Amino acid sequence: MTAPTPDHDHGHDHNHEPITDAGEPPAAARARALEKLLVEKGVIRREDIRRGIDWLVSRTPGDGARLVARAWVDPEFKARLLADARAAALELGLDPGPSPVVVAVENTDAVHHMVVCTLCSCYPRALLGPPPDWYKSLAYRSRAVSDPRGVLSEFGLELEPDVELRVLDSTADIRYLVIPRRPPGTSELGEEELAALVTRDSMIGVAQPAAPAAAAA
Amino acid sequence: MTYQIGQPVRVTNRAHDGHHRTPGYVKGKTGRIERVHDAFRNPETRAYGEDGLPEVALYLVSFAREDLWPGLDGQSDERIYVDLYEHWLEEAG
Repeated sequence: MTAPTPDHDHGHDHNHEPITDAGEPPAAARARALEKLLVEKGVIRREDIRRGIDWLVSRTPGDGARLVARAWVDPEFKARLLADARAAALELGLDPGPSPVVVAVENTDAVHHMVVCTLCSCYPRALLGPPPDWYKSLAYRSRAVSDPRGVLSEFGLELEPDVELRVLDSTADIRYLVIPRRPPGTSELGEEELAALVTRDSMIGVAQPAAPAAAAA
Repeated sequence: MTYQIGQPVRVTNRAHDGHHRTPGYVKGKTGRIERVHDAFRNPETRAYGEDGLPEVALYLVSFAREDLWPGLDGQSDERIYVDLYEHWLEEAG
């Protein structure tokens, strides 16, 4: 704790450090300056930015989980999801978002997929919401393609040596959604209960879905 | 679409002064076509306010991890899959 600034006095009865933008990350300051310029030049409106952010933060991994749970219970739906994820999302009444194309890939006993964007933070935001901070970190982005098994192990996922590991670097227009393996002991569960087991991280491919509660198993 | 699934391709090893979506770690490396996605507007011109036309084919290309990072510890069968535009690919082998 530092001492309150002696000359800080604006008529209320507690002491604190002056409130400033001093700790603002450079990227945030740059984004703010860009936004101001684009608005001034009439390229975008503040309203559009606010609506875009509202849409983005309204998305959640719950949508992706619904797709996965349906794929687990309905093999024909899974085939459609693997063939055209956008159409499959629309079929469930989900919003697959604007242009980037979503491709679903399936984890099995023999093959495990994990997803990274080494160039930036490409992510199926429409179906999973905003990416976690670690997904955007330099450490994950560089190590996922150079030491993928080591990264998975740090997430608590130890793959059997005979499982083929595929790392997908989404460098361009495609966004990848992983269909994780259905956990054992879930044959009695309904689609909604299954969806509750499908975690965000399992759809990025750095974790398995949650185990069913003992009572449900 | 020039390349077919299973075909070996080499990523052109050239510098590119400006926005592009080909990561440096695959430049000059040889991989294998895994999927032929579709054609998309070119991000290298779109990034500068142009229309990105003509569209360019996008492929999913896989590389052996040990070819990308020789000498690093790890299992030898791991493969790294990268989306690459056709104008960065050339025939190999």
